[in-house]
Amino acid sequence: MRLLVTLLLFLVPVLGVWTFWTAEENGWWMPETVTTYGPDIDYLFYLILWMVAFFFILTEGLLVWFVFKYSKKDDTKGVYSHGNHKLELLWTVVPGILLLVIAFSQMETWADIKYRGNLPKTPPIAHVWASQFDWRVQYPGADGEFGTWDDVESPHLFVVPSDEDVVFILHSRDVLHSFFVPAFRLKQDAVPGMAIPVWFNVDKAIDEEGAEDKEAIRLYDLICTELCGWGHYKMAGRVEVRSREKFDEWMAEQEANVMSNGKEDQS
Amino acid sequence: MSVPPIPSEGSAAASEGLNPRAPEGQRKGLGAEGSVYIEHDHHELSFIKKYIFSVDHKMIGLQFMFTGLVMLGLGGALAMAIRWQLAWPWTEVPVIGELLFPATGGAMSPEFYTMLFTMHGTIMIFFVIIPMLTGAFGNFLIPLMIGAPDMAFPRLNMIGYWAMVPGLFFAIASFFVEGGAAAAGWTAYPPLSTIKSAAPGSMSGQTYWLLALTFSGISSMAGAVNYATTVVKMRAPGMTLMRMPLTIWSLFIAALLQLFALPVLTAVSIEQILDRVAGTGFFTPTNLVVNQLNAEGAGEAAGGQPLLWQHLFWFYSHPAVYIMVVPAMGMASDILSVHARKPIFGYKPMAYSMMAIAGLGFIVWGHHMFASGMNPALGMTFMVSTIMIALPSAIKVFNWLGTLWGARIKLTSAMLNAIAFVALFIIGGLSGIWMAATPVDIYIHDTYIIVAHFHYVVFGGTMFAIWAGIYHWFPKMFGRIMNERLGQIHFVGSFIFANCTFYMMHQIGLAGLMRRTADPYAYEVYAHLQPLNEFISISAFCLFFWQGFFVFNFFWSIFKGQRVGRNPWKATTLEWDAPSPPGHGNFDRELKVYHGPYEYASPLVDEDYLQQTRSVN
Amino acid sequence: MSEAIQDYDPAVDAPAHHHPIYDYDSGPPVDRGKFAIWLFLGTEVMFFTGLIGTYIVLRMGAASWPNPEDRLAVDLTALNTFILITSSWFMVMALQAIQGGDQGAMKKWLLATIFGGSVFLGVQVYEYFVLFQAGALPNVDIFWSTFYAMTGFHGFHVFVGIVWLICAYFEAVKGEYTKENYLRLELAGLYWHFVDLVWVLLFTIVYLM
Repeated sequence: MRLLVTLLLFLVPVLGVWTFWTAEENGWWMPETVTTYGPDIDYLFYLILWMVAFFFILTEGLLVWFVFKYSKKDDTKGVYSHGNHKLELLWTVVPGILLLVIAFSQMETWADIKYRGNLPKTPPIAHVWASQFDWRVQYPGADGEFGTWDDVESPHLFVVPSDEDVVFILHSRDVLHSFFVPAFRLKQDAVPGMAIPVWFNVDKAIDEEGAEDKEAIRLYDLICTELCGWGHYKMAGRVEVRSREKFDEWMAEQEANVMSNGKEDQS
Repeated sequence: MSVPPIPSEGSAAASEGLNPRAPEGQRKGLGAEGSVYIEHDHHELSFIKKYIFSVDHKMIGLQFMFTGLVMLGLGGALAMAIRWQLAWPWTEVPVIGELLFPATGGAMSPEFYTMLFTMHGTIMIFFVIIPMLTGAFGNFLIPLMIGAPDMAFPRLNMIGYWAMVPGLFFAIASFFVEGGAAAAGWTAYPPLSTIKSAAPGSMSGQTYWLLALTFSGISSMAGAVNYATTVVKMRAPGMTLMRMPLTIWSLFIAALLQLFALPVLTAVSIEQILDRVAGTGFFTPTNLVVNQLNAEGAGEAAGGQPLLWQHLFWFYSHPAVYIMVVPAMGMASDILSVHARKPIFGYKPMAYSMMAIAGLGFIVWGHHMFASGMNPALGMTFMVSTIMIALPSAIKVFNWLGTLWGARIKLTSAMLNAIAFVALFIIGGLSGIWMAATPVDIYIHDTYIIVAHFHYVVFGGTMFAIWAGIYHWFPKMFGRIMNERLGQIHFVGSFIFANCTFYMMHQIGLAGLMRRTADPYAYEVYAHLQPLNEFISISAFCLFFWQGFFVFNFFWSIFKGQRVGRNPWKATTLEWDAPSPPGHGNFDRELKVYHGPYEYASPLVDEDYLQQTRSVN
Repeated sequence: MSEAIQDYDPAVDAPAHHHPIYDYDSGPPVDRGKFAIWLFLGTEVMFFTGLIGTYIVLRMGAASWPNPEDRLAVDLTALNTFILITSSWFMVMALQAIQGGDQGAMKKWLLATIFGGSVFLGVQVYEYFVLFQAGALPNVDIFWSTFYAMTGFHGFHVFVGIVWLICAYFEAVKGEYTKENYLRLELAGLYWHFVDLVWVLLFTIVYLM
């Protein structure tokens, strides 16, 4: 039993580290980020990952070693010790400092991404409305104002320009939803009764092969991550990133469509 | 065998015959140590009084334990159905598929899937983990470990168990009402949970769910008042606070957490019931249109806030997370020390860190809401408090390791599970730091990393501690010991399959898969996760069926296990001074405590343990 | 492993069939019942904190909030508040009477307390009745939702308190309270004072602010 337990406990850190080590090539890892703040979040993720990995290996390693070493058949008494003040101090202060470092290193990024005061000063490009179980994007249309007859509506597809700050207002018509684009490192709940401004800036254009092509039209999955009912699993949308030129082209096309439909309505 | 002889003066002194429940003014002739004693004869109680409406804390503890184990089977079965759907969505569910879903040829519907994970979480938290820890172990161990004859209020204790029974009824009955069981997640976020047209489970299943929670809350409340009073008022002479076993500290702290957090959940559950039944609008915002139905048009008040529920719900449910793990920490500490034949390393830091966890536990609830639209400045403060709560947990881990250092470890089944508790709690604790860090949480929130994290804490941590506790205290409960060989087999399989099941969820979550999804492959980007999901599901099935070894061992040992004496583990704490199983009133001699609870390997005596009641002079 | 388990010796290890029960008191010098009641009142504080917190958050978050004076009979309720506070004073007198050993006076003061509480509850039922007649139901708007939740649950607590006091009265009639032993009456009194205190708070924030 002693060897078996040691082996089992030994496998925990070994296989644990191994799965993380090989996760990326197996596709069990975060998709490559394409937004300006994505790398900041990833940096913090890796910072914690390295600290956590160190303590994971340290504590699990000690556990394996102690269990192996001290479970021998031995009729003598163990060490009669009720603790050690210096050790207690050591393992209170060191993790305490490290945790404070972790806490403080998060603050700037969090403030940059979420604080209302740090919201880019550009006018919102669209209102995004979530409802059971679809996404609707409302652009202001030719007159630049929301809530007028020439608004452009785009179901399931959120088209945005690349390489500039994009601000949109997130709403929900019914229950809670959440706007999640993994590659953007962006997640925000949509709450009925609240209008929540959200921003991102896609500055990388990485296609499936990893090559960068600024002219390509890139599609990203938009996923609902807050339980919203039976259809939660299929509440999918797409975010389409285009260069500014191609975005303007698409928008002009949509506006023209609305115009012609509107004229038919009026006649 | 070092059970001290039963002192004969006990029966002589008993002839004075005083009622211990007599009010203070009437208590005359208190013993030298402040004890009160009554003449007591064992007359046979009727079956109903002994096994059903029992007021004996040991029987009530066992009632909680058996109920918890049955519900564990049910909650586990729900988990198996969840895993089937995630590995092979929309295919025929084996065995029960044809029976439950004849319309679809045995495949489950997405509505049913939402009920599955809602009820899996609800049952596991409110009807397995909490009743097992505070109900079963709390009841059984508190009086025994502090040297009391029973709880302070035996009848209230009985009410505590029977208040849970209507809760069980509502939880199970909800599957059979129109629309089915609650389907808004165990967190029951409104408006999904409050608006009847939002989900089939929100028709009447959700009301049943809220009633189930309310009754389980009354049960916990009755228990918590009793535990706290018993620990404060009924300790044996010499049992100072700093001589209490860590199990008692942990259960005491859990009771305080319940006392001050649970009423808020009760209040907010009542508000949700009113929203659903009386048309109030606590959580219904203005202009809400669900399924083309306008809430206000349907005669419901509006002007409420969905986030209010989240705040108040997590104000209870985050402390509840510590109610679910702190007693496990305490029990694991005791079991590690006993079977390592060594004092616990750093008793005071261990006790203080549990208090710190409980205290900080009241100011971290907002970390469940970083993505919710709550004021980001609040997120900042919740982040700092949450990250700092990792510190007491870290201190505990180092002290457990310190306990094992220089020990003489006996690899009993109880010890194996306690070691596994440490190994797996480390993983659950460390992954929590990602979730606490607000920017990282933006990505991680509501993905499978969260699922991996809390299963490592609640299954890897608490469940293994519960197993350890059952193996360890089984001799005291039934006077017999569980079979070691079967216990070892059970441990090895459970350890392997639990890790295979839950570790890989980190990877799935890192790939971005959200939780509570009925079909991960609805998104092309997650199609490649199917083999991994199949691996997890097969591991989960193995884990589930491996428990057969435990169930068999448990019931076989109740009747056929080897009989043991008072102190089979040569442990020091008071419960091992009582007979196995203890009779009515627990102790057959007067107790006096001379030492702390962890005097193993003491140089004062020849044996490697020095019982708390043994005076060395 | 096996050496850890000793042989079972029925002579020593079986539960004795005739033995005393030892019940210790580890202090503090307060009765168990009173200790538990204080814990229970602590949970009640948290319960009302939940309800009142809801009210404050919703009121702060609302675009506009009606003036309570326009919707509620503040004068009547002020009088009612006075009655409830008076009943609390009656309770104090009942306790003082039994401390002095005067069972007859205790019973009279206890009846007065029950009467005061019943009048309060009656006025509240009347208030609800008038409001319902006027169509002010909990599902009309968020003001009424919070109003009924808070005052309703307080009313329920008053009702429980009255039942408790009636039970205490019957015990008093049976002569169970004496100069030396009146703990159970004291516990009922603690609860009653708590219920009154909560009302003062509720009256202030719901009717006056």
